[in-house]
Amino acid sequence: MDTQKFVIRQISIFSENRPGRLAAIAHALGEENINILAFSIAEANGFGVVRALVDYPEKAHDKLFSLGYNVAFTDVIAVRMKDQPGGLYEVAKVLGDAGVNIEYSYAYSGKEGAVLILRVDQVDEAIKKIKNSGATLLERSVFH
Amino acid sequence: MMKSWDPRIEEMPKEDLQRMQYRLLKSLVYRLYSFSPFYHDRMREQNVHPDDIRELTDVKKLPFMFKRDLRDNYPDKIFTSTKDELVRYHVSSGTTGKPTVVGYTQNDLNTWTTSLARALTSVGLGRGDVIQVSYGYGLFTGGLGMHYGAERIGATVLPTSVGNTERQIELMQDLGATAIACTPSYLLHIGEVAEKMGVDIKKDTELRTGILGAEPWTDRMRTRIEDWLGIKAYDIYGTSELSGPMFTECVEQKGFHVWSDIALVEIIDPKTGESLESGQKGELTITILQKEALPMIRYRIGDITTMDDEVCACGRTHPRIQRIQGRVDDMLIIRGINVFPSQIEYALMAIPEVGQHFQIVVERKGALDDMLVRVELTKESFSDKINDIIQVRQKVEHRLRNSLNVNVTVELVEPGSLPRFEGKSKRVVDKRSL
Repeated sequence: MDTQKFVIRQISIFSENRPGRLAAIAHALGEENINILAFSIAEANGFGVVRALVDYPEKAHDKLFSLGYNVAFTDVIAVRMKDQPGGLYEVAKVLGDAGVNIEYSYAYSGKEGAVLILRVDQVDEAIKKIKNSGATLLERSVFH
Repeated sequence: MMKSWDPRIEEMPKEDLQRMQYRLLKSLVYRLYSFSPFYHDRMREQNVHPDDIRELTDVKKLPFMFKRDLRDNYPDKIFTSTKDELVRYHVSSGTTGKPTVVGYTQNDLNTWTTSLARALTSVGLGRGDVIQVSYGYGLFTGGLGMHYGAERIGATVLPTSVGNTERQIELMQDLGATAIACTPSYLLHIGEVAEKMGVDIKKDTELRTGILGAEPWTDRMRTRIEDWLGIKAYDIYGTSELSGPMFTECVEQKGFHVWSDIALVEIIDPKTGESLESGQKGELTITILQKEALPMIRYRIGDITTMDDEVCACGRTHPRIQRIQGRVDDMLIIRGINVFPSQIEYALMAIPEVGQHFQIVVERKGALDDMLVRVELTKESFSDKINDIIQVRQKVEHRLRNSLNVNVTVELVEPGSLPRFEGKSKRVVDKRSL
């Protein structure tokens, strides 16, 4: 199975935890006409990491990097969930049973249903198990 | 109560004191010129010979000595005693990661102890007093110095060192401590903890004297401490290079007496090195007249102050140095510990995860100093996982704590976000209002 087409490039940006930092990042992406499709912020004492799926990850990376941001690519996968009770359980159980650890995750509920973005420790294994379970993985081309 | 530890010396007429200082200086210079390669070379460079010292004011002809001389001669290259004559070491922070080492002969310890015995007697302490020594014991000179001084005057020492504040307060009550020696900020902290414990230091303890120092404080803080805790608070001064804490104010509270038979004080213009008149503000420069292992001639401590050479109302003829008003360099004092920004720079250079730019923010949280160091996370060490970044931060905190001996909070910031400086950098934001 070609798992590569399911690997999505997330951009991760280091940000100080203070007013205006997210606005500055969003402004930079807006200026380049980059659309943010999914997004989350993880915060710790004093700093945060902004994680986003965008339509042009390379362009976003270069723009933010040129502005001096610490920015990196991270491979994630996106799973379509049933937008109903138990939807998350199905996906999480598949990975749990396969011994795949979810390092972090965030979700959005879009036009065509709910989508779960996952950063896992074994990307290929996760893709195979999810495919085998019958759940739908979103291809990279959906995003960029 | 004893008025003076050694009235003959302490109240000696000024002319006699100065004659004594001249004799001590002359023999010190002869000894060092003859036996110390370091001082011999320095005097040769300055083109001065012991024979040129013909009166006390000729001290001006002698070369200065700086903290960097100690660092450059780490650990003991300028000691003038042999190892078998040394009985103790103390170690303090240097300007770059390297510490400075001070060695003591038995006579050096005796001189130090005598100096403190006179000082403690001058604030009314003596036999029957219980002195709680809440300065750190160990490499820092504060704890052990006070300890021996207090024992010498026949007081009872309660050697609590720093920390474990609740126990300190219990012991203060149970053993009836009448005096405490610590940093002013630690005493404020003790006061706050005592209040939380339901202990009113004014009513529930026998404390009436505080010997406070090792960090800058003000008369306003003194008034606050005295009113709040019901004690008299006295300033104490010293640095490890001088042996340790050496001099305190007397009951007049008008500056600390520097014993003239032990130290020769000058106030100089820090820019030109010219001696200033009594009463003018400048850099404190001290020649220790009686020191065997690590003699100090015209040592420039870096503290800014003024000197008052009038005879004190207490009867002592020895000059008084006013409260320290600032520093000529960027040295910070955090919870009684000297911290040089260059030490932080030095430590950061060995940590690849962060850049070399940094900013120090010092605040007073409650009664205690809090030092925050802001550093930039490098691109290579950035990870999208929070835990990885937290580990970087902990590593930097750990390294800084180890090299500074002070707890440091580290804040990771975006690369390029810290101010860059051309020439002299202003990396310290000190928000403490004294």
